[in-house]
Amino acid sequence: MTDPVISVTEPIIRAHAVEKFYDQPDGNRIEVIAPIDLNVEPGKIITLLGPSGCGKSTLLRILTGLSQPSSGEVLWHGQPLTSQNAGVAIVFQSFALFPWLTVLDNVEAPLEARGVPAMERHKRALRILDTVGLDGFESAYPKELSGGMKQRVGFARALVVEPEVLFMDEPFSALDVLTAENLRNELLELWLGKKMPTQSIFIVTHNIEEAVLLADRVIVLARNPAWVRADFSIELTHPRDRKSPRFVELVDYIYKIMTQPQLALAAPEAGAAAQKPVRQKYQMIPHARVGGIAGLLELLQDRGGKEYLHRLAEVLIMDAEDLLPIIEASVLLGFATLKDGDVQITAEGTRFAEADILTRKILFRQAALNHVVILQQIDSVLHAKTDHSISQEFFYDILDEHFSQDEVERQFETAMNWGRYAEIFDFDRESHRLILAEPVGEPHPPTSPVQP
Amino acid sequence: MKRPERIAFRPLVRIWSVLPSASVASLPDLIMFSAGLALFYGIVEVARNWLGPFHPQIEISRSLGALPVYAGYSLLRIALAYILSLLFALIYGYIAAYRPRAERFMIPLLDVLQSIPVLSFLPGVMLAMAALFPGRQLGVELGAVLLIFTGQVWNMAFSFYASLKSIPREMREAATIYRFNWWQRLLQIELPYATIGLVWNSMMSVAGAWFFLMACEQFGDFRLPGLGSYLQAAADNGDTRSIFLGIVTMVAVIVLIDQFVWRPVIAWSEKFKMEQVESTSVPTSRVLDFLRRSRGVALFRKRAVRPLREQMVHYFAQQSDVRAESAGGNQTVLWLWRVVGAVALGAIGYAVVRVIMILTGLSASDFRQIGVGLFATWLRVNLTLVLGALWTIPVGVAIGFNPRLARIAQPLAQIAASVPATAVFPVVMLVLIRMGGGLGFGSIVLLLLGTQWYILFNVIAGAMAIPTDLKEAASVFGIRGWERWRKLILPGIFPFLVTGMITASGGAWNVSIVAEYAHLKGHVYSTVGIGAMISAATDAKNFNLLLASTIALAAVVVTTNRLLWRRLYRLAESRFKLES
Repeated sequence: MTDPVISVTEPIIRAHAVEKFYDQPDGNRIEVIAPIDLNVEPGKIITLLGPSGCGKSTLLRILTGLSQPSSGEVLWHGQPLTSQNAGVAIVFQSFALFPWLTVLDNVEAPLEARGVPAMERHKRALRILDTVGLDGFESAYPKELSGGMKQRVGFARALVVEPEVLFMDEPFSALDVLTAENLRNELLELWLGKKMPTQSIFIVTHNIEEAVLLADRVIVLARNPAWVRADFSIELTHPRDRKSPRFVELVDYIYKIMTQPQLALAAPEAGAAAQKPVRQKYQMIPHARVGGIAGLLELLQDRGGKEYLHRLAEVLIMDAEDLLPIIEASVLLGFATLKDGDVQITAEGTRFAEADILTRKILFRQAALNHVVILQQIDSVLHAKTDHSISQEFFYDILDEHFSQDEVERQFETAMNWGRYAEIFDFDRESHRLILAEPVGEPHPPTSPVQP
Repeated sequence: MKRPERIAFRPLVRIWSVLPSASVASLPDLIMFSAGLALFYGIVEVARNWLGPFHPQIEISRSLGALPVYAGYSLLRIALAYILSLLFALIYGYIAAYRPRAERFMIPLLDVLQSIPVLSFLPGVMLAMAALFPGRQLGVELGAVLLIFTGQVWNMAFSFYASLKSIPREMREAATIYRFNWWQRLLQIELPYATIGLVWNSMMSVAGAWFFLMACEQFGDFRLPGLGSYLQAAADNGDTRSIFLGIVTMVAVIVLIDQFVWRPVIAWSEKFKMEQVESTSVPTSRVLDFLRRSRGVALFRKRAVRPLREQMVHYFAQQSDVRAESAGGNQTVLWLWRVVGAVALGAIGYAVVRVIMILTGLSASDFRQIGVGLFATWLRVNLTLVLGALWTIPVGVAIGFNPRLARIAQPLAQIAASVPATAVFPVVMLVLIRMGGGLGFGSIVLLLLGTQWYILFNVIAGAMAIPTDLKEAASVFGIRGWERWRKLILPGIFPFLVTGMITASGGAWNVSIVAEYAHLKGHVYSTVGIGAMISAATDAKNFNLLLASTIALAAVVVTTNRLLWRRLYRLAESRFKLES
């Protein structure tokens, strides 16, 4: 299946101007992925980094032939890619094993699909299980295994078809920290020791350290729509030391790219990918809950008002996926600023962090009405209407024009959390209507519930 | 004492162990073989009967020896209808899940079909099938099978469809990326994923099937030899001993099916659970263990199942390669579908025109009669629901809150509920008429008998599902008496109560067909209602009236479901659901 004479420069997969968009009934078009050029070359571990919901999984599915791009093309050794000709395999975040099949049957299934005779199937599957360290678990069912062992089965199932490119969709994020680290090292061992018949590994992740630890090349996606913000090589030798200055520098650098949209891309060997000018877009609220924002501000205040991003991530034991939205939300609300990878609390932020429950609500309300477009719109509409209430459809209609279906849901969810906390409106789940809340500052009983 | 025994047995053990192990007929194998022989004999006997001439006034023997035969016939009808239902459900669900265009009308149709009271078609179907196979017993037999099929297929089809729709995305993607062919998808993903849902729905369907079967076997001129007709004959003659024996046989059959079919199937289906971690208490079945130990079964799997499977694997692997090369060729399939669709539309159109012609031929008094009947039955059904809820809520909550009581009451209630209400109708009717109550009052008793269990079991489940910490919170804050019912218990059991009432309401409409009109000891007893009208119209061979009443009944039931129950269900789902 693998071609022994592949020239080093010839990419295995070449994506040209792939784009994904959804046509809305009203003729509008929601763009999820802006036109992207991307090559997968042999001999490399490539990681694709990006914030949650940025379309990196969609891009992976386009590159594997699972999903068709809305425009552009994906070539596999120069031929149009189909799910039948692609020599790829995927390791899934949820493992996607079949619980009713034994470990051995799970690994044999892809060979069955290819019509491999029983004896050979059996032999190949056993050999791979041996390689990934699952000796003796052949007749176990997946539910008898720990998460790490399950993912090993996932590896074995992927490797048994001897893929040229091994795709991995957040392969370690469903595992606990130690298991994930162990499995990463074993993957590196297989890869560096050339124990797997694979030309290239393509990993989608939101874990920045994981990317720096594994990758020969890192691609950073920006969101809404997805476009390549940075694309650079990492030449550190394996095994890489997380504490080494170069490692820390790279982690810091990626944090900076991910948090500053306007950052000039002075990265080494920055990719030639088409850069889209930043377009005037409807404001997107980061998906952070009020409780998270308050917690972050208190922590910042405790640590003297200023902290490095990656230090914050360390202290909070959060990865970028969870931390970034909270920071972005604090910045959006004017409670914090971000500069060169430092988070700095503002005067407003300090006041908020030090205030009591009721004052916090007032401060949050002011900040929200000053900075958050959708909440401003709702507030003015609710005041303008005689019955001071409006259907949630109104809200959906505004968002529908700018975001995909899932994103509309998330935007709505977050805006509800903020708006109800700020007492800008109340939301009646039964009639699906937003209702003007009584003004803040009315005496409340001290037990008034606070949204976490 | 023990020594000589051991010596005596030793040679025997020798002989057994000398033989090559594979050829030894172990006890499980012997039993399996005998079962196969018995099955063959049964098929021959049944074929002789069914292909034989039709007996309009079949004589039902009340001898004890006839009971096993009758039970066998009843079982056979259930089994046939079930196999038919399973096949249909799989095909229907599969098409609906994978053809978006078909899905758009197949799923709403399923919804309507599910809520139509099947028994209202009993007379029509039986007359039609008898006419289709004139002079053969086969016609009425198939009629009964068809009717049971209509009663049990819809929830199974819906379950399969819903399972297919909810297969996790990454699992589907794994199948695509590893190039699973159609056969492999079906066998390794779709069927396993749907198994648990199908098993539970099958159990429900078969329980319902007994209800319909009893009604079929007792139906007017088309009596079929079976447990239902046996009980009816016993009641007709006031033969208490036969009534008792009949009911005992009925319960025994149901318990045996539970032990020999459902328990093993449930224990087997355990491996299809989509759980990440092995659960602590796993259902087990002796019968399943027995089968798994049987060498014959193992040999069969090794010699027949595995080679066949291997053949299929290669065949479909080649097939999918061929298909990958020639992506076209779907044009013929597309045209086939179009033709099927056009024919179906044509048939539906013709039927609608015929129905309208028949309906316009009815007189105003006919329509008035239908209206009155519908209203009377509607009142009766809802009164039954209220009565049922009134006694089952307190009792169910008491059982649900008290584990010790539950342990005693649950199995008793299950046995009581497992006896299909239609089976005991002749008996209850006999008692009621002796008491002189008449059917106006009697039909409510019958309705209650057929439907209260649904409410009771759901209330028990609901009461058990109320979390202990909520109960403790209520007692800490001193919430008791009526307040406790209003704030804790009623909201807590609400979703379960609604589910129970929906099922009970569907059941009650069904029962009304057989509860409002009865032949007993040569007399016809009836009361005002749409069910009585349908039965009377059949007896009088007034097909136009039969058709009109059946359609009116179906329409009312579907409308009530849409307007009332569907809304209550949504409310229960959205507001009263206790999420963990």
